[in-house]
Amino acid sequence: MGEIKEYTDCVCPFCGSLCDDIVLKVDENNEIVEVENACTIGTRKFFSSNELDDRVQAPMIRKNGKLVETDIETAINEAAKILINADYPLLYGFSSTEAGAQAVGIELAEEVGAILDNTASVCHGPTILAEQDVGASGATLGEIKARADVIMYVGSNPANAHPRHLSRYSTFIRGYFREKGIMERKLIVIDPRYTDTAKLATDFVQVQQGKDFELLSAMRAVLKGAEIPEEVAGVKKEKIIELVNIMKNAQFGVLFFGMGLTQTIGKHRNIDSAVLLVKDLNSFSKWIILPMRGHWNVCGANVVFTWQTGYPYSINFARGYPRYNPGEFSANDILIRKETDAALIISSDPISNFPKVSSEWLGKIPLIVIDPHKTPTTLIGDVVFPAAMAGIEAEGTGYRMDAVPIRMKKVKQPPNENILTDKEILEKILKKVKELRK
Amino acid sequence: MVLKCNLITGRTIDQGRAYEGSKLSDEMTRAGAIVELDPDDMAELHIMTGSVVSIKTDFGEVIVRAIKSPNAPHKGVAFIPMGIWANQVINEDTTGIGTPSFKGISCNIEPAPGKKVLSPQEIAESFKS
Ligand code: SF4
Repeated sequence: MGEIKEYTDCVCPFCGSLCDDIVLKVDENNEIVEVENACTIGTRKFFSSNELDDRVQAPMIRKNGKLVETDIETAINEAAKILINADYPLLYGFSSTEAGAQAVGIELAEEVGAILDNTASVCHGPTILAEQDVGASGATLGEIKARADVIMYVGSNPANAHPRHLSRYSTFIRGYFREKGIMERKLIVIDPRYTDTAKLATDFVQVQQGKDFELLSAMRAVLKGAEIPEEVAGVKKEKIIELVNIMKNAQFGVLFFGMGLTQTIGKHRNIDSAVLLVKDLNSFSKWIILPMRGHWNVCGANVVFTWQTGYPYSINFARGYPRYNPGEFSANDILIRKETDAALIISSDPISNFPKVSSEWLGKIPLIVIDPHKTPTTLIGDVVFPAAMAGIEAEGTGYRMDAVPIRMKKVKQPPNENILTDKEILEKILKKVKELRK
Repeated sequence: MVLKCNLITGRTIDQGRAYEGSKLSDEMTRAGAIVELDPDDMAELHIMTGSVVSIKTDFGEVIVRAIKSPNAPHKGVAFIPMGIWANQVINEDTTGIGTPSFKGISCNIEPAPGKKVLSPQEIAESFKS
């Protein structure tokens, strides 16, 4: 048997929990043979780096309607030409790549006068808008682990989307001031379905779908001593009062929320009212609020975009300087309005995740795609680059959901020498754009 | 028989696993081309887990398999895992803030025996015509 190398303290590049206690074993064939500590999704992601049939193996360009393999220089040249010839290109994705690649993406967007957007525009964009409106009191996951005694998940199902969140950061874990772990904590779940997370809860509140704003507002009203109707959003008055009492008496409470609030009618207004509920609760106790960020580095995309351009997402460089207006410059808006005339998609799969009309327009314009795996988006790309898997085959920085930056390790080589890192590919395209423009 | 429902989308653990590297596989179709329905709603439609159904909204139509929801009761609420099938029927309205409306779409669900559940390839390639 050949040599097997063990890497400890690896970081899982799947969800915003960014678990940093993963142990990986890599054999002499450059294959990950063992994954310790990761959840089922994280484990799958690590092993997916071995499955070469599912990976894009060489750069490809579309000729006579078919994708054919080519060399990297031809593909770079083709991509640069598409971006230069476009009047209003879109650069989108960035949430499953490391901070260095995100920074080069911004430079490229500025160079070609593009719309620059990340996947926050379809997930926690409304959260950002609400935080810009009304602020938010936050804490790191470490603080939560050490102190929290009332944990709430609203419109979020971490048991399915962030499987280790409860056991590693919030609920089951023992903390410095919570030596007995779950025995010293209460778990409240508010959701329209009796989700797997709800099944673990000490208190489950089944809210009518689409009525989150009403429920949160009723909770604020109770907190302020006002009368509320017998039933709000399908929840009995007594239940709401009971819930508010638990929350008021918490020593350290945390309200986690997910797409159940951001994608439901009201969107950023739902978050406004959740933030204000937490603000009100701080008159009685200590409470914080934290969005359950989905992709492992979507928080990083917002952080890096903000410190480089001033804005977290939905940025327009058409005038040579950044302008910000979600709803006007967001990826879906410019696709639905058929305004953009070319797109570069990096580490994202909009054909799986955007509404049909947006995908239809992406199918009609020249499309550059950078991705480690074959996806519905790579299938319809015009120039497709294979990429090293960030956090496995390329090192870099990711930002956890609480905006703590964590360095990710490289534990193995990409499958072949045609496969560059996201950052290298973007740097080459940027260099070529500058050269061709001279 | 047509059932009026409120459609929501979201993550499931199977969908999450299939999303990692197997987005064009049968596993993806098994995890994503489904709709979780309340058992009472299924009884009303006279269907079982595995029955093929059509979901129609103002924004499109998609053919998926019904399954008995593990997260019931949620009568009147239909759940599709986020992904390429869900996105054929969701409301693209970004309500002025850039985020499409992925949850809370009124839909009609009816049995569609014999109809074909499309693969991710077939849906994706339909956009490149
Ligand atoms: S909880 Fe998230 S970060 Fe942690 S192992 Fe699972 S997928 Fe990876």
